[in-house]
Amino acid sequence: MNEVLLSARQLTKRFGGLAAVNDVSLDLWRDRIHAVIGPNGAGKSTLTNLLSGDLPPSSGQVLLGGLDITGWAPEKISRQGLGRSYQKTNIFLPFSVWENVRLAAQSRSAQAPWNPGHWLGNAINSAAINARTQRAIELCGLENRAQRSAGTISHGEQRQLEIAMTLATEPQVLLLDEPLAGMGMAEAERMVALLLKLKKHHAMLLVEHDMDAVFALADHLTVMVNGQVIASGRPSDVRADADVQAAYLGEEHA
Amino acid sequence: MSAPKANLETLPTGLKVVLGLALIALLGFPFVGSDYYIQMVTRMMILAIFAMSLDLLQGVTGLVSLGHAAYFGLAGYALALLSPADAAPSLWWSLPLAAALSGLAALLIGFFVVRTHGIYFIMVTMAFAQMVFFLFFDNKVLGGSDGVYVNIKPSLAIGWGAQSWEPLSLDSKLTFFYLTAILMLVVYAFLRRLLWSPFGRALAGIRVNEHRMRALGFGTFGHKLTAFALAGTLAGVAGYLWGAQTGYVNPELMGFHMSAHAVLMVILGGMGNFAGAIVGAFTFEYVLHVFKDLPQAGSVNLGKHWQLWMGSFIVLVVLFAPRGLLGLVQRLGQRKEAGDE
Repeated sequence: MNEVLLSARQLTKRFGGLAAVNDVSLDLWRDRIHAVIGPNGAGKSTLTNLLSGDLPPSSGQVLLGGLDITGWAPEKISRQGLGRSYQKTNIFLPFSVWENVRLAAQSRSAQAPWNPGHWLGNAINSAAINARTQRAIELCGLENRAQRSAGTISHGEQRQLEIAMTLATEPQVLLLDEPLAGMGMAEAERMVALLLKLKKHHAMLLVEHDMDAVFALADHLTVMVNGQVIASGRPSDVRADADVQAAYLGEEHA
Repeated sequence: MSAPKANLETLPTGLKVVLGLALIALLGFPFVGSDYYIQMVTRMMILAIFAMSLDLLQGVTGLVSLGHAAYFGLAGYALALLSPADAAPSLWWSLPLAAALSGLAALLIGFFVVRTHGIYFIMVTMAFAQMVFFLFFDNKVLGGSDGVYVNIKPSLAIGWGAQSWEPLSLDSKLTFFYLTAILMLVVYAFLRRLLWSPFGRALAGIRVNEHRMRALGFGTFGHKLTAFALAGTLAGVAGYLWGAQTGYVNPELMGFHMSAHAVLMVILGGMGNFAGAIVGAFTFEYVLHVFKDLPQAGSVNLGKHWQLWMGSFIVLVVLFAPRGLLGLVQRLGQRKEAGDE
């Protein structure tokens, strides 16, 4: 079933005099990938941070499943069903790959404080959490790395781990900030296949520089320049847009 | 940002054996030690409880508090001020009450301090502890700078009035020694369990990357506040025992030096696994004792300058055993294993 899971309404974020994100509105639908592209400094990451609660917006509104979550703390938004990954790898470096994902999975089975298991139970023996951990690790192809320390795996694998952690929280809405950055060809292909697979059950925002991946994946494309949306629509239409070609695509696809 | 390394969260078998043997030696100590040394080792165990309570913040959660002595001292004062003047307070209510008061103070202060990070956290914990210190230091009703005596040791009696039964008395140094040993082991077992519980794993996650923990849906404020209150409560257990053992509490117990003392004990032994905190407390006290007893050398009284030797000792340990004494023992064990093969 198609439905809007997340909407941003006229989001604006000002840092002093600079509007890093200026009056941006967009809708994320289940079973659709909404890609956001734009040159460096266009405000894509800031937009992601506004949606996930990492930054509070200066004005505008964010609705998650119809619920107004504007100004909510990131942990509350996460528990409401929004998961995000980070452009700059943001993992638990000294922990094993397994523990990174397990912690993420644990956040969804948080026991109430009056449950003694929360204090005295063994965290690493929970069957339900371990099953969820295993599933996320397999989805992202990290089975052979599970016991390695996260700081010792390759950059591409850390990017996969980044996604696995996000998936282990079982979000409805996925915000992926440059998931392919720094990945090799084979890894990137695998990730594109994974994102296509995840699409069915998620509403997805994809911030990405890899144009081949964007055009392979996106159902809807938004182009941002200097904090503003200059074009938004079906990828083929956006690609044909003269403003976009001048402002952005022209630089790479001339 | 380089994340702090999890330090011996899982104790290697060899280390467990060494610690087990040390525990047996500890429990047998009263049979060979004189009264003076029994009291000294009891004090080491009390400080070990104090150090473990701080390790929950410092080693596990990554919150370095320079005001932890406030919660240590508060429970000691609670014992001194709430005890009846002419009768022994029962340990069974006064210990939980004193620890709970420390925990409550930590909960209140924690509500403000755990919002801060890094250097600010260090400063704010210290500032609150100084406030508590001067509250008692400047207040005659609370004993002022002279402190308060605990005239009668808490009683272990069970039951009331004529029906009461007191098989053991804390006036006996032996009883006090074993009571403290039991409490130390209970606190250790509890904290080790906690370390591997969902709560403990979340605290470790907060130490390494609090930002990501929040993005994953963990309410880190609540976790840190709970850890802070729990650490305060356990520090209170130690402070109560200190007051009961020495029969005297003064503002110094909550002072900056006492807080720094705890930080050093944890660093000395090795952070984040609680066993290191115990080793650190014992070593710190013992080395202190040795340095203070140094003889006169010519015209210089070496013992008088114990702070100089103590400082050098800490510097050496930090240089050569950055993961504390426990980390050093483990590394030596590994080297020996490698050599055996």
